[in-house]
Amino acid sequence: MPKSLLVRFLVKDKVGNAMLLALLLSAILVPIMSLALSPENPVHLSSYWVTLLGKYLCYALLAIAVDLVWGYCGILSLGHGAFFALGGYAMGMYLMRQIGDRGVYANPELPDFMVFLDWSEIPWYWMGFDMFPFAMLMVFLAPGILAFIFGYLAFRSRVTGVYLSIITQALTYALMLAFFRNDMGFGGNNGLTDFKDILGFSLQADTTRAVLFALSALALAGAYVLCRWIVNSKLGRVLIAVRDSESRTRFIGYRVERFKLFVFVVSAMLAGVAGALYVPQVGIINPGEFAPLNSIESIVWVAVGGRGTLFGAVFGALLVNFGKSWFTGAFPELWLFFLGALFVITTLWLPKGVVGLYGSIKAKLQERAATKKNAELAQLKASEEAATAAKTDSADSAEGAVNA
Amino acid sequence: MRSVHIPQDTILYVDGVTKSFDGFKALNSLSLILEPGQMRAIIGPNGAGKTTMMDVITGKLRPDEGTVFFNNDIDLTQHDEAEIANIGIGRKFQKPSVIENLSVFENLELALAGRRGVFESLIHKLSSNDNQQINDTLALIRLADKQDWLAGSLSHGQKQWLEIGMLIMQEPQLLLIDEPAAGMTDEETALTAELFKELAKKHSLVVVEHDMDFVKALDCPVTVLHEGSVLAQGTLEQVQQNQQVIEVYLGR
Repeated sequence: MPKSLLVRFLVKDKVGNAMLLALLLSAILVPIMSLALSPENPVHLSSYWVTLLGKYLCYALLAIAVDLVWGYCGILSLGHGAFFALGGYAMGMYLMRQIGDRGVYANPELPDFMVFLDWSEIPWYWMGFDMFPFAMLMVFLAPGILAFIFGYLAFRSRVTGVYLSIITQALTYALMLAFFRNDMGFGGNNGLTDFKDILGFSLQADTTRAVLFALSALALAGAYVLCRWIVNSKLGRVLIAVRDSESRTRFIGYRVERFKLFVFVVSAMLAGVAGALYVPQVGIINPGEFAPLNSIESIVWVAVGGRGTLFGAVFGALLVNFGKSWFTGAFPELWLFFLGALFVITTLWLPKGVVGLYGSIKAKLQERAATKKNAELAQLKASEEAATAAKTDSADSAEGAVNA
Repeated sequence: MRSVHIPQDTILYVDGVTKSFDGFKALNSLSLILEPGQMRAIIGPNGAGKTTMMDVITGKLRPDEGTVFFNNDIDLTQHDEAEIANIGIGRKFQKPSVIENLSVFENLELALAGRRGVFESLIHKLSSNDNQQINDTLALIRLADKQDWLAGSLSHGQKQWLEIGMLIMQEPQLLLIDEPAAGMTDEETALTAELFKELAKKHSLVVVEHDMDFVKALDCPVTVLHEGSVLAQGTLEQVQQNQQVIEVYLGR
């Protein structure tokens, strides 16, 4: 059995391995298709598409983070957008400091919005964000610390189910209202934008965009491997036990709140990374990213793809977002209704999502094949039996003849 | 009413425990003593406080009054469920509660005695000794051929057995078992009684049960609970002849 767990990890996750391969290939091929091929070439990708795909991969990373807590541990977080946005703001603050004196007000020290607000010096919490490593550390720490404090309080008080969902929703809503305020010092309503370059590379350059795409693909692949390692370990089985029967798990002797806290923090950090990769590609971060709707959308991606599979989350995020891009182009005012309908349909008829649908179709086909095979076998057996019976009959009659 | 004879060595010492819910006393000055290696059957009509008693011992509920000691000097009212489980008290629920989406093997692995920390779980690997222990338990609970089955696909009786198996894996000193024979066939019930007698050689057991044939098969001292306190104690024959017990069971 421990052997088979290892086997399950390495071999049985065929879909996951195929996905990893696809991600690694795209990290190489997409930059080539964008940079090396001439625009006339039919497989050339414009930087518009590179950025769009990169954005979707960030969403897929957020979806994996959601699946880790929801699909495996049963924590339905309706506030994961907050962690995504915090990671995004950490990156945005770095990009803001990179603008330097190229802003509208040409102030070498202060970002434009601070000059506009008549601030004389940069607030203490902006310190260090001109250093890339510090900003990257904050991409992990800001969402991680918030998740730790929130999770510590919520899980220790044994807040579960719909109550937990509601307070996560309240958390992201409260942050949205706070970030809208100019006094907060994060650019208020407009957020952070007008970014120029990252580590000295222009954000408008095709090369930078291709590299950001490749990094998003690699980050997604890395997150998948990390989460797969977690869910395939004994810790993963404890998470499933918590999801299915929290009190049972406690009575076996596991401190449920610590396990929840661990995955919640890991998940929040992954969401933060997704946000940090998202911001330089879309060029803006504003309080709208904290909107509860964003968090709910990420739940829909995971539900549509199939929760508790990790790759289902990736698949769902890509599927729904491609759908969204097309749908908002064709019927812009109907998108929210469609999103709602999609969630209802998935919940009612596809509880295991598209991945589950594939699984059940496969199982049905196998079953059909098995019944067919069984029927054939039964037929074969019946004809064999008939033949043996005939033989015994003739032997009997022969015996009878001898006896006579 | 305290018993005159207080044993020197107790695995479980419950004294004067009261727990009320909105004025209703689920436990009313309950006292109960269990010596190491003892098996005790607890019977009583519905609402007698059997499950509340288990909740108090395992840390799910805090008593309003009274003391609960484990192994002479561990005050159980100061610990929570996970701590009490690790101190050495295993509990089986009335409704079989196994982890339905894990295999039979994985359920036992989860319950395997050992460290319960987050990071230890992340890097945990089964040793050959662990494997041996799990396989022994699989054989004991007669689920060796179903070790790869999802626990959710087992029959009701098999789930009960798996949960008992999980208790064994925890290597507790004291086992609290709530209605183990519920939903079992007569044959399974008889086998379960045998298993418990076997377990009683190494562990202390408290078994709550309604099925009198099962209690008879356990062949151990019986405590009758009624309205949150002890009504009678003794052998099954003794309590069955006790006038108060007859009234409680048949009087209404």
